[in-house]
Amino acid sequence: MIQPGMPGISGTRGTTVAADPPTSAVRLPRRRGIEFTLIVMAVLLSVFGYCAVGYARHSTLPPGAAVYGAGLGVLALLAHVAVRLRAPYADPLLLPIAVLLNGLGLVLIYRLDLETPGDRAAPIQLIWSTLGVALFIAAVLFLRDHRVLQRYTYVSVVTALGLLVLPILFPAVNGARIWIRIAGFSIQPGEFAKVLLAVFFAGYLAANRNALAYAGRPVWRFKRLQLPTGRVLGPIVAIWLLSVLVLVLERDLGTSLLFFGLFVIMLYVATGRTGWIAVGLLLACVGAVAVGWLEPHVHSRVQDWLHPFATIEAGQGPNQLAQSLFAFAAGGMLGTGLGLGHSILIGFAAKSDFILATAGEELGLFGLCAIFLLYGLLVERGYRAGLALRDPFGRLLAIGLASIVALQVFVIAGGVTGLIPLTGMAMPFLAQGGSSVVTNWIIVALLIRVSDSARSQYDGTAAP
Amino acid sequence: MTKYIRRAAALCAVLLLALLVNATRVQVFQAGAYDDNPANRRQTIARYGQPRGDILVGGRPVTGSRDSGQQLRYERTYTDGPLYAPVTGFASQVYGSTFLENTEDGILSGSDPLLSRFPLWNDATRAQNPAGKVITTIAPAAQRAAYRGLGSRRGAVAAIEPSTGRILALVSTPSYDPGELSGTGKAVTHAWERLNGAADKPMLNRAIRQTYPPGSTFKVVTAAAALDAGVVTDLDTSTTSPDPYRLPGTTTRLTNESEGCEDASLRYAFEWSCNTVFAKLGVDVGLSDMTRTATDFGFNDHLRIPFSVAPSNFDTTLDKAQLALSSIGQFNTRATPLQMAMISAAVAGGGSVKTPYLVEKTTTRNDSTVSTTGPRTLHQAMNPATAMRMRELMTDVVTEGTGTNAAIPGATVGGKTGTAQHGIDNLGMPYAWFISWAQADGAMEPAVAVAVVVEDAAADRGDISGGGDAAPIAKAVMKAVLGF
Repeated sequence: MIQPGMPGISGTRGTTVAADPPTSAVRLPRRRGIEFTLIVMAVLLSVFGYCAVGYARHSTLPPGAAVYGAGLGVLALLAHVAVRLRAPYADPLLLPIAVLLNGLGLVLIYRLDLETPGDRAAPIQLIWSTLGVALFIAAVLFLRDHRVLQRYTYVSVVTALGLLVLPILFPAVNGARIWIRIAGFSIQPGEFAKVLLAVFFAGYLAANRNALAYAGRPVWRFKRLQLPTGRVLGPIVAIWLLSVLVLVLERDLGTSLLFFGLFVIMLYVATGRTGWIAVGLLLACVGAVAVGWLEPHVHSRVQDWLHPFATIEAGQGPNQLAQSLFAFAAGGMLGTGLGLGHSILIGFAAKSDFILATAGEELGLFGLCAIFLLYGLLVERGYRAGLALRDPFGRLLAIGLASIVALQVFVIAGGVTGLIPLTGMAMPFLAQGGSSVVTNWIIVALLIRVSDSARSQYDGTAAP
Repeated sequence: MTKYIRRAAALCAVLLLALLVNATRVQVFQAGAYDDNPANRRQTIARYGQPRGDILVGGRPVTGSRDSGQQLRYERTYTDGPLYAPVTGFASQVYGSTFLENTEDGILSGSDPLLSRFPLWNDATRAQNPAGKVITTIAPAAQRAAYRGLGSRRGAVAAIEPSTGRILALVSTPSYDPGELSGTGKAVTHAWERLNGAADKPMLNRAIRQTYPPGSTFKVVTAAAALDAGVVTDLDTSTTSPDPYRLPGTTTRLTNESEGCEDASLRYAFEWSCNTVFAKLGVDVGLSDMTRTATDFGFNDHLRIPFSVAPSNFDTTLDKAQLALSSIGQFNTRATPLQMAMISAAVAGGGSVKTPYLVEKTTTRNDSTVSTTGPRTLHQAMNPATAMRMRELMTDVVTEGTGTNAAIPGATVGGKTGTAQHGIDNLGMPYAWFISWAQADGAMEPAVAVAVVVEDAAADRGDISGGGDAAPIAKAVMKAVLGF
């Protein structure tokens, strides 16, 4: 995925921390024109999808196609202007990918709205997207240097834990206590906690990584497997365990899986200790087996995954996972075409957790692969920024944010396609869910910021 | 740190790869199995997503489609639903389909690959073909005449073209409107429950799915067997049969409704339906020859026209007393009206039994032929010479015997009446039978063979009820086919 010497944006990009000294004479291309072109294409593609739904369903242009296109276009353009002003060296792929995924998500939700006349989710999603883009612009404009965030390491973790605990005070929705309802809007605070936790992990690990990596006692006889002193490792493990515990209590399995993966990856990248991965995996397996055994909710999810058609054989009709698999299968290679599938049969989570099934059915394997590759590209760009940066905090932050996207896509996409047990989660940008869209726009904003730093440092404008 | 970032990136690449491979597994390799899972509603939705093809009678569609706007979108409508219900059956979103709606579903729903000019291309694009049409052999005038003739009585009519086996009428009363079962609403459920709970079973297709004791109409089979076996060589010589006839090996005496049956000739016995004569004849012919002739007429056979017809029964293991009773259409002998029409058609058609069929051809929406059905001989039930003599006997029944009610001026009509006792101690209302064929004067061959059964015939017993209740209906059907 990441290859040194790949024809990239930077001709002189170093691959190690000890790179060539920056030469202010080298002027890097900013590639904002490419970004603009790609954004225009992303908007056009979304509008095309929107029109395709209208033609497929009613043989006419859908109402408000122009408004929809103009709205998405203006949002994307404003974001682009903000990037031009304050992050001119930022990676030119990040924003177009976000625009395309968000636009496609709106099309899919609009398309599913046609099947549920009583529940119009697309307009609300558009409002949340607007808020997300607004926060994106604010972040790009006002956060001049990502290293500022390192100062808020501990504020972040306190806020994150607070946000995680908050929904316990509110009633459960569909078996999970992860929402809070304010003025008719439901918010999922756990979504925002992800970013804050990534900031905390990055800040803490960057500050303590030497102590974590080198000062420790060898465990048993293996030299490589060294445990650091509890004083250094203790707090971070405690916070990690605490957050996972809270999520398990709230039955937010997807997010707890995500936090676990995020922690292990960031710890590994920070210290390079393979042994910890092993320990982490071991812990995870023990935890997973224990939870799967004791917790009926998880247990049934695992059973569903192992036997997706058990409910059919029992004469109770297909469950959500079976319906999702039917939807993917119905799509085949080329898909049924936008607006022409029947993924609404999945039921109540069709617009949120299972939105990918609609993509799979109506856009086919080709469309699905394209979506996966878009996410892959987004993640890869995050990692690339991490590689190019020289400050450990920035590197860890970039890796953390990119890993959030990667893990989240894997957990939910793997779940709805029957690869792994299903755990409820939002497909980044695609799925219905306000908190999720807003969070993802913030993630992209931060990635824009770090990628700008990564590439502008060679311009001599950034501090070493 | 760089090294570890690269490794973490590699992990992400592995995750991405796993997703891509798994998506391919689901969408390509397992897609077929998932598509065919009975719990997957997509095939059902697709099946009702386009108007269903029409079933045509006499060049006119007797079916239609209505856009319901529901998930299972197009619902079936029927013109003259009760009249054609035994032919079309119903096509219901909830309760499936029967008869032609069921057996021709591939054509009617558009799923038959033969409808496509480029089947492989359709497989790739998953496009659905427009539904085709099914053209039946039914003659609307005959169908109507039979339906009107039965009226409010319980009964059935089957009419066949003897030279081909084309089914010209298939009527069962009381009937029902299959349109009531189209769609998905509550009304459909109620209609289903009502129709299934009704005492007179309106959804029972009496012409092909109900077997009745054929009574005296079975004497056609016995007479043909006797002539073929050489037990009787002359229609007009005495048959040396006592009246009453003691069933062999028993003390039971068999009597007649008619006079003059003692030592009667075959002609007289057939004309006046002498039980004693035919019981003895059956015994004289013997079980193996009787069984062979009955089987050649179509008894004990699983017929499809294209939907299945209940097999008519002639027992193959009988003692002599049972054989004697079976030979006059009693004991365990049972026949569908269609089977009896086939017997009549065999006499009219020179002894050859044609396989009856209901579908003339199937076409695409644009009338290009998909498949056609032609005449096929099922068996040669008797020698052509025997058939000639049977024609004579049957004609006599109509000209001077029990079946004079079926006579049509300007046509040669052959017939045989029957009354079947049934119920405990034969106390039930007898079934009135009439089987016949008709040939217009100057025509090359008989145009129609009919079998009529009326379940609740008039109270007066005897063969006269077959001639009184059933013969006029047969006559109306024959006239309709002949165009008189």
